[in-house]
Amino acid sequence: MKAGTNLEKILAGGKFAVTVEAGPPKGTNPEVIQKKGDLLRQYCDAVNVTDNQTAIVRMSSLASCLLLKQMGVEPVMQVVTRDRNRIALQSDVLGAVAWGIGNILCLSGDHPKLGNHPQSKAVFDIDSVQLIQTLKKMRDDHKFINGDEISGEVPLFIGAVANPFADPFEIRVPRLAKKIKAGADFIQTQAVYDVNRFTQWMKIVTERGLDKEAHILAGIIPIRSAGMARYMRDNVSGVNIPDDIVTRMEKAEDAEAEGVEIALELIAKVKKIPGVHGIHIMAVGWEKKVPEIIERAGLLPRPVL
Amino acid sequence: MKSITQSKPLEEIKQSLAKCRQIYLIGCGTCATMCRTGGKSEVLDMKQKLEAAGKKVTGWMVIPTACDVLTRDALKENASEVAAADCILVMTCAFGVQTVARYAEKSVYPALDTLFIGNEETPGEFIEACLQCGGCVLGQTAGICPLVRCAKSLLNGPCGGSVDGKCEVSPDTDCAWQMIYDRLAATGRLDELEEIEPAKDWSTSLSGGPRQITIEDTEEKTESQD
Repeated sequence: MKAGTNLEKILAGGKFAVTVEAGPPKGTNPEVIQKKGDLLRQYCDAVNVTDNQTAIVRMSSLASCLLLKQMGVEPVMQVVTRDRNRIALQSDVLGAVAWGIGNILCLSGDHPKLGNHPQSKAVFDIDSVQLIQTLKKMRDDHKFINGDEISGEVPLFIGAVANPFADPFEIRVPRLAKKIKAGADFIQTQAVYDVNRFTQWMKIVTERGLDKEAHILAGIIPIRSAGMARYMRDNVSGVNIPDDIVTRMEKAEDAEAEGVEIALELIAKVKKIPGVHGIHIMAVGWEKKVPEIIERAGLLPRPVL
Repeated sequence: MKSITQSKPLEEIKQSLAKCRQIYLIGCGTCATMCRTGGKSEVLDMKQKLEAAGKKVTGWMVIPTACDVLTRDALKENASEVAAADCILVMTCAFGVQTVARYAEKSVYPALDTLFIGNEETPGEFIEACLQCGGCVLGQTAGICPLVRCAKSLLNGPCGGSVDGKCEVSPDTDCAWQMIYDRLAATGRLDELEEIEPAKDWSTSLSGGPRQITIEDTEEKTESQD
């Protein structure tokens, strides 16, 4: 065991993992994140807390993870390299570990130009691959980036993201391989809608044996309305929603019910793809529907290890 | 290498000149002329605008290369017109503004924003080429700089927002890593994509005051050339 977190135990034990994303509030009320923790605690193996997602200021990922931790819900702390340099990033990792946070997911983060502070100075002192490498070095060698010794253990289960739907397609598996080589233990993918492309990507992943080196969780975003489907198809770079899904949402009498159906179909399909070790649900403000989706997908009860 | 500039909004210029009634204008015959921000016609245009705003222009000149030390001589040659002014409005890049400020005993205000060091790829179209980071990675990236070309300055490949060769930040921006990928593919170097580029040493970049360098044998070389 690298960190001994619940998520690591589930994945190492060969169980099909379920993680769910929870976005912190644009404010100070701890109940926002606590309510999400309460809602989701029986339905997933870890709750994944975003770090100022889409470059919009929210309660910090570390503070939100602590709120979850205090109520006995296991967090996955997202960390982006957009807002902090290597000094701040490593410092936050030490603090997180001190509070018993073991799952850390490394990302570069959405560019500030896409968020609500487009005037801010983007940091990008290091990139996501280098952050993964840094965490591995902290954990395995007890050393900071600069080689200085760290006192104490740094038990971490290191996560990274992959987007099989971005371009160029040919670089997407090598890029995953690079993240795994840097030290990623688990991988969350961008939301899967184009199952054919995802299957094609997973085929190359398994041929190279990368699914044996890191656990791959397929991303699922339930669609709430036809408008949301169109918006994501047309405006979110790297999210690929086939037209037939958009058409289904447009024709549905009950769009929310159809969205849940589509999510269930996608879960059933990705679950069958060799090398997929779990799912990561990003409900983007629709967390209340997540318990139903997980239950109807036959993923309950969650294993207790 | 060219210093690419853009004119500041006239309102901002007028605000910075609020205390000055008499103004001397300086343009530059090199980069600012090429960018059409500080050549002769732009300087004359500015003269007209300032006069329309009730200012008096005591004189103007377009220095061949405003960042050069010869700017000192140009200021001396026009000393009386410069002396008559309350301040100097400099229509050059920041190099020229600083050079004028160094040699003129007057308040100096920039009329331009210096955007980047870049190339004119097609006439009238300028693109940033170099961050001047002090640690060149072009050998690993097929001669395309990801530090300036990639919105996130990623050193280890494209993020998840690269679609159809474009960057998620703007559909007008090419994805640097798509370009790097294409060029590595064309030269049979795709295997290099899986080599991890370690955390960059930014200490050679914008840290710790102005970067300075002294070339030891400059004097000898100058002498031998003479």
